[in-house]
Amino acid sequence: MESVARSQSATGPDAPVSSDSTLIYRQSRWTRLTHWIWAISLFFMLLSGLQIFNARPQLYIGKQSGFGYNNTIFEIGAENTNAGPRGYTAIFGHRFDTTGVLGWSGPPGNETARGFPSWATIPSYYDLGTARVIHFFFAWILTTTLLVWLVASLINGHIRRDLAPRLDDLKRLPRDIVDHARLKFHHTREYNTLQKMAYGGVLFVLLPLMIITGLAMSPSMNSVLPFLNELLGGRQTARTIHFTVMLLLVGFFIIHILMILAAGPINELRSIITGWYRTDPPAHDDKTTERSA
Amino acid sequence: MAKFEISPNFQISRRKFLTAASLGASGIMLSGCDAFDSQLSIGSGLRSFLENANGLTYRAQRLLAGRDALAPEFTEADIRQPQRPNGVTAPDDDTYKGLLANNFADWRLEVSGLVEKPLSLSREQLQNMPSRTQITRHDCVEGWSCIAKWTGTPLSLVLDQAVVKPQARYVMFHCLDTIDRSLSGDIKYYGTIDLIDARHPQTILAYGVNGKPLPVENGAPLRVRVERQLGYKMPKYLYKIELVDGFANVGGGRGGYWEDNGYDWYGGI
Repeated sequence: MESVARSQSATGPDAPVSSDSTLIYRQSRWTRLTHWIWAISLFFMLLSGLQIFNARPQLYIGKQSGFGYNNTIFEIGAENTNAGPRGYTAIFGHRFDTTGVLGWSGPPGNETARGFPSWATIPSYYDLGTARVIHFFFAWILTTTLLVWLVASLINGHIRRDLAPRLDDLKRLPRDIVDHARLKFHHTREYNTLQKMAYGGVLFVLLPLMIITGLAMSPSMNSVLPFLNELLGGRQTARTIHFTVMLLLVGFFIIHILMILAAGPINELRSIITGWYRTDPPAHDDKTTERSA
Repeated sequence: MAKFEISPNFQISRRKFLTAASLGASGIMLSGCDAFDSQLSIGSGLRSFLENANGLTYRAQRLLAGRDALAPEFTEADIRQPQRPNGVTAPDDDTYKGLLANNFADWRLEVSGLVEKPLSLSREQLQNMPSRTQITRHDCVEGWSCIAKWTGTPLSLVLDQAVVKPQARYVMFHCLDTIDRSLSGDIKYYGTIDLIDARHPQTILAYGVNGKPLPVENGAPLRVRVERQLGYKMPKYLYKIELVDGFANVGGGRGGYWEDNGYDWYGGI
């Protein structure tokens, strides 16, 4: 039943400023539940993942890590200088001083050499074993939730109705970009093109790629799926992709939060908690932006 | 002063409150991620709950990989550097140094515990048994990998010679190197694998690497290769193999030195 958009006239204490806007049931319980499980899982996976990364704060390209040769493309480290210990981050050989955050950080006078700072890792102190326990626990939760979401969204029509790209999406893309840049948002039942790209990209590209590269790092799974690492370019490349996808997910999260704040956090939060979303009044006060551009 | 005392109950509830508050704030970067620290030590309820996932991982990977699925093997061209040593690379133990001074002529591999015929094998005896050579990738729990060619005696041949008793479930490795010191004395490295991995075709007792005798930094005279698991499951400086039926008498009871310090017993991921 949730696949059918229900609407009601908004009356009562929640009545909108404009009597024309309506509350619609936009997000099914499956979408809402899986959204929040992902939010919690990704939070813990990120912070435990940064802790795991700290055990070897370098990224390589290829099957193995270069010790007798150089295939390092990213490195966080600490070094002694005339000005005392400094933290640095090197990307493709370009070095940046990142003292205080990356490489060398901690309370003043108590700094230590560590990749990501203690406020960005769980546990806050160096503990690879515990971080792995947390990481793999939430890996199961995240993966299971993704499968549950996929099945539910195929059945209730969420994917077909809301996420599947249409020809129309391409046509309206330029105006979507302009509207987003001007922080001008349309509150409609449908996702706009940029939303479809962002959500679809996370759900169908980034999260599956995260799971695949995670499995590719497992020596046991390598015996089951030996082609996986060959496809990805080797275990260390898989690890580098895993880290890069993390950066993209963090980037998605930041933009996601900014867009929610800009589009109206109360309305957006209500729709992902209760399902109900207040749409814009019909176009009579919005004549400059015709729907059929 | 009594009024300043904080009851243990209050401390616990405050800690729980902090955890709950942090959970509620998930998605927002916290100003300090030490809120979970106190819940995560070995033996704590939350930690033990989260560790259930390790058992699930073990069963899932055993189900998928079965007994004999092989770890990928590589070519000579993939050997681009010496095997990177890690952990203890030069044991400071007198016993070990004595054996090393004599080029391990007095070293023996003991096979004991739940076996019908306990063994004591010299290096020559081991090297005269059929051997296996494999070019495999060593994956460290820290995240790095290194490809090398390993030569050794399949562990299954040694187990067959000793005749494993039916009640045996794990192979325990005893090592010569001191990894840690405690109030009750030096702790020498130890670890366990199950009999499925012990009998896996690629599980060998390696005495050679990259066509040369195993050097001290890589575990001379003998180390284990368990190719479907991470490096901490492949003890170096081996001198005794003991068949056991559980972890009760294995260090702290979690199945290995690193396991007693928080690593998963199954290092398949």
